[in-house]
Amino acid sequence: MCLGVPGRVISIHDYTAVVDFWGVRKDVRLDIVDEPVVPGDYILNHVGFAIRRIAPESVAETLELYEMLLRENAGGEDDLMALDVRAEIAGAS
Amino acid sequence: MTNELQFRDPALARSLAATLARLVDEIGRPVAVMHVCGSHEQAIARFGLRSLFPKALDVIMGPGCPVCVTDVPEVDEGVVLARQGVRIVTFGDMLRVPGTVQSLADAQASGANIEVIYSPRQAIEIARETDEEVVLFATGFETTAVATAAVILDNPPKNFSVLSAHKYIPPVMEIVAEMPGSRVEGFLAAGHAAAITGSAVFEPFVERHQVPVVVAGFEPMDILAGLVELLELIRNKTPRVANMFPRCVSAEGNIPAQKQLWRVFKPVGGKWRGIAHVPNGNLRLRDEFAHVDARKRFTIDLPSLWDYAPPALAGQCICGDIMAGIRNPRDCRLFNRECVPENPVGACMVSNEGTCKIWHLYGGVPDLEATA
Repeated sequence: MCLGVPGRVISIHDYTAVVDFWGVRKDVRLDIVDEPVVPGDYILNHVGFAIRRIAPESVAETLELYEMLLRENAGGEDDLMALDVRAEIAGAS
Repeated sequence: MTNELQFRDPALARSLAATLARLVDEIGRPVAVMHVCGSHEQAIARFGLRSLFPKALDVIMGPGCPVCVTDVPEVDEGVVLARQGVRIVTFGDMLRVPGTVQSLADAQASGANIEVIYSPRQAIEIARETDEEVVLFATGFETTAVATAAVILDNPPKNFSVLSAHKYIPPVMEIVAEMPGSRVEGFLAAGHAAAITGSAVFEPFVERHQVPVVVAGFEPMDILAGLVELLELIRNKTPRVANMFPRCVSAEGNIPAQKQLWRVFKPVGGKWRGIAHVPNGNLRLRDEFAHVDARKRFTIDLPSLWDYAPPALAGQCICGDIMAGIRNPRDCRLFNRECVPENPVGACMVSNEGTCKIWHLYGGVPDLEATA
């Protein structure tokens, strides 16, 4: 529940961004993001809100953990970290 | 799973582990440090990191599970509201957390209207589609409280209100540091909570208690590197705040989120389940948001619940000691016997961020020597 999940901003309308999470597109609110965001940026989503813009040079390093979790656990119920990541994606609407 | 030590860079992992061993040797006594984040415990357990730690290093999970520290009367408030016919929406982890008599899942089984959400925004969507009163039973640390604040400030529908059980992490670290007999010599602070508060929020704590705080991320390497930094600060007797997760955390934190958080919430003292009364540890709605405060909006008749005796096993539960870092799940006579995720006795076995649930799922203590 404290683990946010990174995604790539596709487009922005007012305070809502369409964000791509490994092919799943969701709306994420930008009300409380720490700095201005433009399409192409990566953000950290937590319960449907962007809480951090990820600096471009940190994107690859940030994605690595998540990609490993999702790769190794494609839908099982026995990996709490992977469950948390999927719940975070579900939290965006 | 715990034996699969899969690291991006196994050589670096071994080198960090060797550094940890050398540092503990140099310190010359057993060292205990505490992290305060369920996601850290998940990563430590999932990646089998404890098998890399030197024997004399104890890495303890403190009160880092917001669901676990939600106090019994707070659960009772949700249960009573649900039984009074209000629609309760909450995060899935909350459903089985024991109240005095019933959990929300028990109330749901006896007909109460309770729905699971993944985001406070979904609570708003549910409220928009109905005329019924919808109450967001809001739990989580500051990372999640900022989202609740944002929906409250975004003109929610009239039938929407919030029962806040949000908690604020920095004050509980004071409590743990001051516990008599505490062995904790340093803290690992959680990366994504610190993304909100900033690392500088821990400066006064370090000043007061003269123990180091290191902000760390969630990758195995992040955690190992954070522990190396923490042990160096302990060895050198130079307590300070170190930010080992700069790709996510700044000194000042997320200012727009903090503004919304403190505009909506005020810190008040309250009990954390199994821990203690934590001054300023609970986040409650400010008076100007009384119209969305479920505690102001409804008469919550708690005594109506208390004609019953609490379940007998609850008295044997040691969740409180576990979250305070005094004991671990293997010290509990209920762990993996009467107390399992399907039928939890204590809150630590309920939440995916609870120490007992994590140890249950990833196979207890992933100590390769102990399990060989």
